[in-house]
Order: sequence, then structure tokens, then C-alpha cells
Amino acid sequence: MKKKRLRALMFGWEFPPQISGGLGTACYGLVSGLIQHNVDVLFVVPKLYGKEDTDKFRFVDANKVAVNFDHPSFNENLKKISYLEINSRIIPYVSPEEFATSQESTFSDVRINNTAKTLQYTFTGKYGADLIKEVQQYAMVAMQIARDNEFDIIHAHDWLTYQAGIVAKEISGKPLVVHVHATEFDRSGEHVNQDVYNIERAGFHAADTIIAVSRLTRRILIDRYDVPPHKVVVVHNAVVPRSKVIYKKENLLDKQIVTFLGRITFQKGPDYFVEAAKKVLEQLPDVHFVMAGHGDMYIKLVERVAELRMSSRFHFTGFLNSAETDKMYGMTNVYVMPSVSEPFGITPLEAMRSGVPVIISNQSGVAEVLKYVIKVDFWDTNILADSICGLLNYPKISKTLAEEGYKEVDGLKWEYAALRVKEVYQETLNQLR
Amino acid sequence: MRLKSYRFFDISKDHNYFDEEANRRIMRKVADKCYLPMNQLLLDLIHEFKGEFKVSFSISGTAMDQFEMYAQDVLDSFKRLADTGCVEFLAETYAHSLSALKSPEEFKNQVERQAKKIEQLFGQKPKVFRNTELIYSNHIGWMVNQMGYKTMVTEGADKVLDWRSPNYLYQNEHVPELKLLLKNYKLSDDIAFRFSQSSWDAWPLTADKYVDWLNSISWTEEIVNLFMDYETFGEHQWHETGIFDFMYHLPRLVLSRSEFKFCTPSEASAQLQVRGALSIDNPISWADLERDLSAWLGNHIQDDAFDSLYRLEEKVKRIDDKDIQRDWLYLQTSDHFYYMCTKFFSDGDVHKYFNHYNTPYEAFINYMNVLTDFEERVNNYIKALDAKPKSASKLNGAPKVQAPVKAKSLAKAKPAAKAKPVAKAKAKPVAKPKPKVAPKTKAKVAPKAKAKVVAKAKPKAVAKAKPKSKPVVKPKAKSTTTTTKKKK
Repeated sequence: MKKKRLRALMFGWEFPPQISGGLGTACYGLVSGLIQHNVDVLFVVPKLYGKEDTDKFRFVDANKVAVNFDHPSFNENLKKISYLEINSRIIPYVSPEEFATSQESTFSDVRINNTAKTLQYTFTGKYGADLIKEVQQYAMVAMQIARDNEFDIIHAHDWLTYQAGIVAKEISGKPLVVHVHATEFDRSGEHVNQDVYNIERAGFHAADTIIAVSRLTRRILIDRYDVPPHKVVVVHNAVVPRSKVIYKKENLLDKQIVTFLGRITFQKGPDYFVEAAKKVLEQLPDVHFVMAGHGDMYIKLVERVAELRMSSRFHFTGFLNSAETDKMYGMTNVYVMPSVSEPFGITPLEAMRSGVPVIISNQSGVAEVLKYVIKVDFWDTNILADSICGLLNYPKISKTLAEEGYKEVDGLKWEYAALRVKEVYQETLNQLR
Repeated sequence: MRLKSYRFFDISKDHNYFDEEANRRIMRKVADKCYLPMNQLLLDLIHEFKGEFKVSFSISGTAMDQFEMYAQDVLDSFKRLADTGCVEFLAETYAHSLSALKSPEEFKNQVERQAKKIEQLFGQKPKVFRNTELIYSNHIGWMVNQMGYKTMVTEGADKVLDWRSPNYLYQNEHVPELKLLLKNYKLSDDIAFRFSQSSWDAWPLTADKYVDWLNSISWTEEIVNLFMDYETFGEHQWHETGIFDFMYHLPRLVLSRSEFKFCTPSEASAQLQVRGALSIDNPISWADLERDLSAWLGNHIQDDAFDSLYRLEEKVKRIDDKDIQRDWLYLQTSDHFYYMCTKFFSDGDVHKYFNHYNTPYEAFINYMNVLTDFEERVNNYIKALDAKPKSASKLNGAPKVQAPVKAKSLAKAKPAAKAKPVAKAKAKPVAKPKPKVAPKTKAKVAPKAKAKVVAKAKPKAVAKAKPKSKPVVKPKAKSTTTTTKKKK
């Protein structure tokens, strides 16, 4: 009585090595863990770049999928997907005459084959100006994929893929799990993009089960999206194990360095880091601060740092590649993540894995799973400054946090998180039975 | 002296801050397009008019360093000009710096050092001072006079002149011994900025037309000081615009068709009577519409960078190391702060033209990265100095201090030199007559030297009691313009 293997159809937007944020990394860890637990995962991406590990993972490249527009359900689903009044067209506008006369039409992002009655889209897989259009086209492709493949459950990561998940559920009748790595409120504060919010909301309500990466995120779903609490389960992220790499310090050799690393945007709280730095420098004038990354608050903060007259102690590096990121951790004495709203937060784990003591905000999901870190409220720059000074002044505390933190992170394995996700699949399927 | 792109991860590892390749390339390009042809033209004119045509240059020590490194031929051609006796070299800060605004001591050091270099290269002691970007205030005038200078060139800014004309000799109201020659920005900019602007109603400008304008100046006015970047000739105004042709004709038309003569700033200062006194509390400059310091200082990033730099002064002065001293000078150059200017609306175009950074913030971050490394080197030196108290009391006895890596020395910058005070210039010109002064043009050399050509009235003019001198310069122009310049 061999148990049948679970088969998941998973929709994602990025996958290593081609990633721009934490989403791709999380997908990589999760899928790896699911495979370990004997779950078959078919992973759909907008675009394959060629460097993906196709031996280990099974992919569908949305670029390669020919969508049959002659199918009876095509128009119905098209209507559903394009219910948003958005200035983008999922299929190019073509007059009936043109449609009839041309055997094959090529538009910038769509190829129409009238003989085979198929549409094929070209995806960039980026986060560009046409993002919403790509998101809708991705959902069109999902229609075909759902018809062509066998699976037991659908799993969609973040709003970019929710419509695809909804369509696949419609076509197949299989249950949908949506996985929330971030919400529009995390990304934009109170200035939410209404289209994005609408897509998210539709995804949450169409889902049979929702996985949130933290209790913090679960709370947002319940409070801001009217999601019934029983539908949301929390599965914290984990980290992909890696051997400990400690880089030798090469810059500012005899200085203590406090680092912020991430997008310089509202969500990450970089302005609180700046204000705290000022307070630290009043006590410890020789400490250096580094803000690594880029974002829409960059210029404002360069100005602010200059206004506080601390530019000779506060450095901006711009965007760092991964080797430089490792180097940066290698020279860091204290790592700070003062996020205003962080569904999870992977960078503190990276810092800890490099043996760096860490301060994080209580407003981050990762605070729910870590013990060997200092936790502060992002807005309390006095306490943040005190904590930084404490770690710099008392090497024993730093050392303890660094050592214990390293072990702690080592215990956060995707294997465990993936097992929990597998259970979620089974519970979802059981409910429907 | 341009900085190279210097990242955070270069700090502590790379002590070469300057983009030698770019500096060499730019110097070579400007030498070929501007310095060499224009120097030759001026030399020919001086010979042709046998002493009736004069110019003057203001060249920073940094520019002279660069000539020595990359363009010995330019240096030689300046030497030939110096040998004619019709060319005056002015004093300025060595590094084309804003030190006058921050540190009297550093200011003095740099002026002495530049003057010494002028004397060494061109065989004359500067007697007239002109500050970086023509920055001037009562206090700066006082400092300059304390150094022994009796004449200074600055901007004829409307906001300080008000109804008065720049076309007279003035003096510092509080330091009457300091005479002031004021740049006539209208006539200067007609050549420097507007010459090739086809949208200008006076375009195309010809020497004839220009001399008409000179002649329309009231007979009571005594001097026209023309001061401009030297790169005006061949670089800002390309050869194709006819700028060299214009300059070829200007002197002959001025001398033949006007009452102006050419003279040097020293001659002008000696020959003219002071006609007014100026009191200027807040520093003026020749830049932008505001004619103030806002091109270099005033926004947060400029001020923080500037203060961070000069915070190191005390320490730097204790260090006897030629690389440190050279970098210290070059990091003070005003251009670094100019690149950080965020005034985009009124003068943004001009700023863009002179700025190779994409944004002021990029310039700022790059500069601060360099400065962080420089500070670390300085601190390492100081630490080493303080660590060995007993040994030789002389700094130079401590060469073993393990110092930061040595950057390769560019410039043969002169060693710290304790130069002597520079010119004591006492111009004693003679002439009691009131000559007519001529104008002076000044050019600023690109790298940062500013050369100023002063043309001034003919010197010989002896006494002729009528004060109406007019400046001089006459262009040749091929164009005809009509501008308006009306001087009172």
C-alpha cells in the first residue's frame, strides 16, 4: 500500500540564480525541501534563463507555452483575468478582418498562430512598467498549463501569480494554496496600489488555504483583507544552509562598523538607522556606519546624513553583488535591520550565518523565530542607539550573540518548513474530501 | 585634478585618488585645442604690436603641476610669453581652493606656494592677487593685503556695485591700501559665453562690433577688465566658431579704432586713481546668477564635505610627507564642491557642462570615500608620530613611520615649502598720468588653472591728463552683433 506521491503545480515569479529579492530564494529552499519529502513539484516561471538547475527541479517556462484560444473556456477565463480595468491588453487589439487574413501575427510580446489557433507570450520576468500586463498574460498561460498537466494541488507565491493560481483552480478543480511573502501594505505603506491590492484580495478569497510567512503577516491578512482567520496558517521561512564563510576585513581595518543592508525604501526603515547613527556618534565618534543598497529614499538620506554632519562616518555603497555582500558582512561589527514592516526578513539570517551580531525590529516576522538577537521597535531610535553602543562596547555580548546566533540560524532548515507545507497540503486536501 | 571612481571597498586599499588617465587626456586635448594655439596667437600679437598688446594669466599650482606632468610644451610656451615682458602672472591659491573661506593659515600657505612656483617657472613675482573663482570679501581683502598684495582682481558684481560702473579702480573701504580691479562681466561674457550663441541677438560677434561697444563706453570711464577662462579660446568656443580669428583682429582694432590701450593689472593699479571704495561683507564670486558661493558651498552635502576636509587640517600640518601634502592640496580644489551643487534650475546647464558625474550625490559619495581613506592615512601617520615621542624631534627624522601606502606622486608638487610670503608687490608704476587702462581678459584654464589675460591700456601712455581711458581689447570679429551693452 504504497502511498501515492503528492503532486504540486507551483507558480512563482523568480528562481535562482536569477533573482532580485528574497522571493526566489525562498522558493528555491521550499521546493528543495518538498522534494526531500517526496512531493513532486512542477514549477512555473515567466522565463527560464538557462542557469537553473533543471536536473533537480522540473520547470515550465511560460515563454514556451502555446495557449490554445480555440478552447471553449478561453473567453470566459479571459474575461475573468481582465476584469481589472487596466491600461494593458492581454491580447493585442486586432480587427476581425486582420485576424482572419493574417496567418501569423507578431506583436511586441505576443505571437499569434491562426493555423494552430494558439497564442504565445513573451515574458521578461522582470518587475518593469508592464508588470500588470505580464501578470495577466502569465495567468493566460496558466490556463493551458492546468489543462496539460496532472497535479493534486496548486501553490502560488505572492500576488504576481495569484491570478494564475485562480485560473488553474477553475480549470482543474484542484485546491489552491497561496503563499504570502509580502503584502502591498509592506511594500508601500499606506499608499497601496489599488490594482495590486485587488489582485491580492481576489487571491486570498479564492484560496483554500493561505500560508503566511509570519504571524505579523497573518495579522495583516486578517485586518486588511478580511481573510477568515481559520484559513491562514503560518510557516516561517528558513535559510539554505551554507558553509560558514568569514571574509577577512580589508577596509577601515581598525574601525568598528555598523551596517544596514537592503533596499533603501520606506519598508526597510533606513531613516531610523540614520537617526540612530547620529546618537551613537555622539557617544562613540569613531564608529563607522554603512548603508548598502539602493532605493527611492537614497538621495533623501544622503542629504540627511550630510545635514547631520556625519558623512565622514556614514558611507553609502550603492547596490552590492553577492560577493560584495559577503565582504560587507565580513567587516561588520553590528548588523541592523530596522524594518518598519517586514513580513519575514532574510538578511539578518545571512548576517548571523556570517557570525555577525544582529539587531532587528519587532516589526519583522523573523523576530518571531529568533532568540539570539536584540529586538527593538523600529521607531525607538534611542533604544536602537543604546543597543548598538552596547554591542560595540561589550564584546562579550557581541560574541555570545554571534556564536549562539550562528547555531540558531543553522537550525532554521527548509527541510522543516517544507514538511509543514506538505502537512498544509494534506490538510487542505482532507478538508475537501 | 579629477578624482577617479572610488568605491567604499577601495577605502584602506587604494591611495591613488586621481584619474591620471583622464587628467592626462584632458590636459593633452585642451593643450592642443586651446593653450598651444592661443599662446602662439598671443605671442604673435605681442611681437606684432611691439609692447602695445599685453595680457596677464592667473594659473594655479595644480595646473602648473599638470603642465609639468603632461604638457611640457604648454609650459614652454608660457615661458616664451613671460619672456616678452608684456605678460603678467597673478597670484592665487595653489590648489584653486576655497581655503580663504575656511583657514587663513592654509590660504596663506597656498598663496605663498603658488607665487613661489610662478617665480620659479616664469621668473617674476606675482604682485596682483586674484582669488579662486574671484571670491572676495572685506575680510579676504584684508588677508590678501596682509600678505603684501596691494591689488586684487574680483567680480564686478551688480549687487555690490549697484549703480556704479566696474570700469574704474576701486579700493577696499576698510583696507584702503588694497586696490580692486573689477571684472566687466558683460563684456567678458560676450566673449566667454555668448560668442558662438546663435540665439544671441548680437551674434555673430565681430571685433568691429566689439570695438564699437568699447567706444560707446562713457569717456569718463577708465578701464575695462576682461577676465575669462582660458579655455574660452578653442575649448568652450571651438576653433570653428572663429574665436581665434576674433582674437587676432581685436587688438589691432582696439589700438587703431579706439582710445583704449592694453595694460597689465599692475600697471593699471599704478596708473589709475582710485575712484571709489567697496565694502563687501558677504563673499562674492563670479559664478552663476547669484555671484555668491552657492555653486560650491551652502547645501548640506557641500558643507559636510568641506567641513570634513578642513577638520583634518591640524593633523595634516604635522605630517611631513609629500604624498599626503599633495593629496591634501588637490582635495581642496573647488571643483570637487562644484560637482556637488544641487542648483539645477538657473545655472544647471552650465554646471552640467563642467560636471562629469551623473548626479551631485554621486560626486559627493565618491569624494567622501576618498576623504575617508585620506583621513585614515592621516590618522595612521599621527598615531605613528605620537607613538615615538623620544626619538628624533624632527618629523623628518621619522621616515620609518609605517605610513600608508604611497601613492604615486603626481605632480612634482613642491614639497611643503615654506615659501616666503610672496610678492610684496608694491607696484610702483610711475606714471602719474592717468593712463587709460585697458581691459584685461582672464582666462581660466581648464584643469583648474585659470589664466587670465589682462589686456590693458598701453603702458606708455604717460600722463595725459584726461582720464578717459578705455580698455582695450579689440577683437576682430567677423560677426556683427548688436548687443547691448551699455555701460552707463
